[in-house]
Amino acid sequence: MAIMSFIFVFFFFSSLQPILSLYEDQVGLMDWHQQYIGKVKQAVFHTHKTGRKRVVASTEQNIIATLDLRSGEIFWRHVLGPNDVVDGIDIALGKYVITLSSGGSILRAWNLPDGQMVWESSLHGPKHSKSLLLTTNLIIEKDNSLIVFSNGRLNAVSCIDGEVLWKKDFEEESLEVQQVIQPPGSDFIYVVGFAASSQFETYKINAKNGELLKHESTAFSGRFSGEVSLVSSETVAALDSTGSILLTISFHNGKISSQQTPVSNLLEDSPGLAVIIHSSVTGIFAIKTDAATIFIRVIGEGKLEVVEKTNHETVVSDALTISEGQQAFALVQHAGSNIHLTVKPAHDWDSNLLKESIKMDQQRGFVHKVFINNYIRTDRSHGFRALIVMEDHSLLLLQQGAIVWSREDGLASIIDVTTSELPVEKAGVSVAKVELNLFEWLKGHVLKLKGTLMLATPEDIAAIQYMRLKSSEKSKMTRDHNGFRKLLIALTRAGKLFALHTGDGRIVWSHLLQSLHKSESCRQPIGLNLHQWQVPHHHALDENPSVLVVGRCGPSSDALGVLSLVDSYTGKEFSSLRLVHSVAQVIPLPYTDSTEQRLHLLIDADKHAHLYPKTPEAIDIFQSEFSNVYWYSVDDDNGIIKGYALKTKCSGNVADEFCFDSRELWSIVLPSESEKIITTATRKLNEAVHTQAKLIADQDVMYKYISSNLLFVATVAPKASGEIGSVTPEESWLVVYLIDTVTGRVLHRMTHHGSQGPVQAVLSENWVVYHYFNLRAHRYEMSVIEIYDQSRADNKDVWKLVVGNHNLTSPVSSYSRAEVITKSQSYFFTHSLKAIAVTLTVKGITSKQLLIGTIGDQVLALDKRFLDPRRSVNPTQAEREEGIIPLTDSLPIIPQSYITHSLRVEGLQSIITVAAKLESTTLVFAHGLDLFFTHYAPSRTYDSLTEDFSYALLLITIVALVAAIFVTWILSQRKELQDRWR
Amino acid sequence: MEKGKGIMGSGRRWAVHFSDNSTAPSSRDIPDPPGFARASVDQDDSTVSRQKKDAESNWKSQKAWEVAQAPFKNLLMMGFMMWMAGNTVHLFSIGITFSALWQPISALQGVGKVFEPYKDNKVDLLGPKLLFIALNLGGLALGVWKLNTLGLLPTHASDWVSSLPPAQEVEYSGGGIPL
Repeated sequence: MAIMSFIFVFFFFSSLQPILSLYEDQVGLMDWHQQYIGKVKQAVFHTHKTGRKRVVASTEQNIIATLDLRSGEIFWRHVLGPNDVVDGIDIALGKYVITLSSGGSILRAWNLPDGQMVWESSLHGPKHSKSLLLTTNLIIEKDNSLIVFSNGRLNAVSCIDGEVLWKKDFEEESLEVQQVIQPPGSDFIYVVGFAASSQFETYKINAKNGELLKHESTAFSGRFSGEVSLVSSETVAALDSTGSILLTISFHNGKISSQQTPVSNLLEDSPGLAVIIHSSVTGIFAIKTDAATIFIRVIGEGKLEVVEKTNHETVVSDALTISEGQQAFALVQHAGSNIHLTVKPAHDWDSNLLKESIKMDQQRGFVHKVFINNYIRTDRSHGFRALIVMEDHSLLLLQQGAIVWSREDGLASIIDVTTSELPVEKAGVSVAKVELNLFEWLKGHVLKLKGTLMLATPEDIAAIQYMRLKSSEKSKMTRDHNGFRKLLIALTRAGKLFALHTGDGRIVWSHLLQSLHKSESCRQPIGLNLHQWQVPHHHALDENPSVLVVGRCGPSSDALGVLSLVDSYTGKEFSSLRLVHSVAQVIPLPYTDSTEQRLHLLIDADKHAHLYPKTPEAIDIFQSEFSNVYWYSVDDDNGIIKGYALKTKCSGNVADEFCFDSRELWSIVLPSESEKIITTATRKLNEAVHTQAKLIADQDVMYKYISSNLLFVATVAPKASGEIGSVTPEESWLVVYLIDTVTGRVLHRMTHHGSQGPVQAVLSENWVVYHYFNLRAHRYEMSVIEIYDQSRADNKDVWKLVVGNHNLTSPVSSYSRAEVITKSQSYFFTHSLKAIAVTLTVKGITSKQLLIGTIGDQVLALDKRFLDPRRSVNPTQAEREEGIIPLTDSLPIIPQSYITHSLRVEGLQSIITVAAKLESTTLVFAHGLDLFFTHYAPSRTYDSLTEDFSYALLLITIVALVAAIFVTWILSQRKELQDRWR
Repeated sequence: MEKGKGIMGSGRRWAVHFSDNSTAPSSRDIPDPPGFARASVDQDDSTVSRQKKDAESNWKSQKAWEVAQAPFKNLLMMGFMMWMAGNTVHLFSIGITFSALWQPISALQGVGKVFEPYKDNKVDLLGPKLLFIALNLGGLALGVWKLNTLGLLPTHASDWVSSLPPAQEVEYSGGGIPL
């Protein structure tokens, strides 16, 4: 009995999850990690003191970061979260980074060298308003202070501890404060704004105690539009709402005087609607019209003069005080493939402090923002460096006519990712650049051998580690046997396509898509998603693979669509199409033509289906499968799921043989008062399933219900669609459905009472795993549903199976109404989730693991066996042998199974799994603000030798054995001979 | 003979010739001693050899039966080992099962050789051979049965469907929440 129980325990432990962690020296062999900050919104330089020069930046992704000004590396970085939008940043006292965020209600100070938070204060006020941050060198009660206007309240805050020194409310309902100005050297503050859009108001406030000194207002006949530009500390320029009249308003000593100038007076030709460009240069402001940017100088009392009118794309920086009373600003203009950086003094337009021309990569697009900083050269003249933000969100530092460094921060906002194979290694293709010579190869193996035999010195070990990390094998530009080397093709929000090498994460090519570029016909282009258009493998190997980029002109769903085809080896956009219809859905069909181009069906907002590519061959293929193609749409606002089949050609006025009408087949209308759709999940198109049978204990068999037309839908009570805790458990429920999207049949429906979203779900093979919050238990839960085909279950006659007399592999139709049974089980889970995915292998034989993006921005692997509805508290002997784990109420989190090990993928958005050619291995790519890539083997690499396997040792062992055989053979021969002579 | 040589070397005094002339009728000049019946000796000789032969064939058939029954002990031993090995698949149980399968097979192959020494015109080897074969077949059956209990025989439906690919679907449907 003791032996039996010992065997039992042994089997139990050996069947438990194998530990899949890494050793310390394996970090970086298979994985890479890149950190980004996103599109920079505001940047402040810190170059005064000796020591590391740095720049502090806030970005549209709500990040505060300091970068090394020499290399562009991140010193520290804080992600403030999706609702904590940064309104302004500044540096105070030379050691604190001050940030104003969350609509002006949170003010924080961070320590500049290390990024630790020093203090935080929350500022509230009577109403919502614009938020303005002003650092002053005012000293109130011995403290340096900040002036913050937010939420309709003016606050003076101490720099030292964040204490509010005084506050003043501006409660007037219609008042829109535009500027808070402190004239240099004075101890009062002007608060300037519009009331009821037509009245100009100035408040003069004592900066020491917040006392109102003077309030003036004057009415204006028209209405003001948005912005004002500060011309001097007591003059502002504004435009009226028609964009045709310029106003200069001065409020010297509280006395308001204004001057109106029609824009047409300044320009000969009618410029159309103009807008003011926000800048802070003394004496000059700029307006922008459709065609041109116009710089206007204010001379004396409201007199205006056009100093320059440019037709190029022009960007202006804020003013920079370079010496006592002298200001400079930078202008960046495009000219062909070059950009011109000009730095001018504010008082004199015609002279230049700096004029440089820099060659710029066309793929970065236009300059969007420029920030300048000065330094003193050795000859005591002023030098300037400029930080520019480009259209593709990249960040570049320009100095002395050259690009010092650049950061590809567009990769912080990836919309969609797909993969592409690399070129096949051919005799003609030269890869000699990265090939090692024989001597180096030998040297490497000798070093490795030394390491194995523990003869290596610390230097040798370092050299071995370096060699492993920089192995040229993994960064080659050709296909490998294991399928580890691929291109990750990523579409970013800026409309740029990047190809990253999976070996080391470098950018192979990047391309700013012309089709997603702003133009006359397409004002607000946005990228939607990426699809694999052509994956040549059998008979079209000469063709390069290509990807399809789908976009649309504008955010509304009926905006016209844009298609673009990009060669994935070179990044060339070889075809781009402006569609005449909108794009509501893109459906890749499981058919390809003779050149391996995949057929795609684009559904427009009017429910017409358009077939691409528009070739006769495609239509022939499609016609033959016409009656078997269906589509469905999930209307999550109204809670309706509808299924359609295709009818004949479009009935529209244009004869288009690639356009088809849809016919509604079925619809599922969920009661809007009790259910609201929050999540859907489907199976991945490219998922391979090895078998339809699941073997269970005692040689029994269950048949999986495997259908690619399975849709998982989760709905919650409309009340409970808010945040967790906003409803009581009684009025909250979660309902999940499994729907066949061909027939609209609901295969399974289940209600979780007292639960609420957000729901994250993943559907694979015949199971779905979803994550939600259980309000009664106050914990997160994960549930699994497995669905089995009961109508196949009577295929149990061995003889019939032996002779193949069964219909298990004959094609099935959804209309045959298979009888299904489902099994489900729920478990507690500690983490809340950001994303969930499942490992994907090439043939689907390897066991599956769930990849969970935790709230801590890490990726955790969880064996699917923990989410098996057949788990029970006391599994039988046979079930244990099968590998069923005894039931526990919560899922274990094994620290070693974090596949991101010590790294974090900040702002994790999604996890993408791609099958390698090696059956055991999945390639995992997680992206958010950061990118992370690794290889992952759910059941360990059972089909290959490990990377650190010593071939040299094996070779030497074999040689030694062969030598030993020869020596002993000769010796035995000799001995035998002697014996015979005796 | 050597003794004779030694004697001759030292000088011969007398010699007795033991050459038997009794069978040669020409040299039957010396009368037989009284009470000696030549014929009866002849007769006696043949009965002795017959008896001898009978005993030998008896002994042979007895031995053949013994040999034929030998696998039975083996069978019992095998059964015991199998019981010891248990029903889980591991090295020990697989080793035992395969030896249990191999032994009867090799024995059956060498069935002629096993009974070679006992081959005789008078001995009927069919019975022992049949017993031997039957016992070995029993052993084989035991091995197969063991193999089955270990789950190594494809006798269940699950063994035939475990790698069946999923059935192809006729319809295809795509879509989702509009972009």
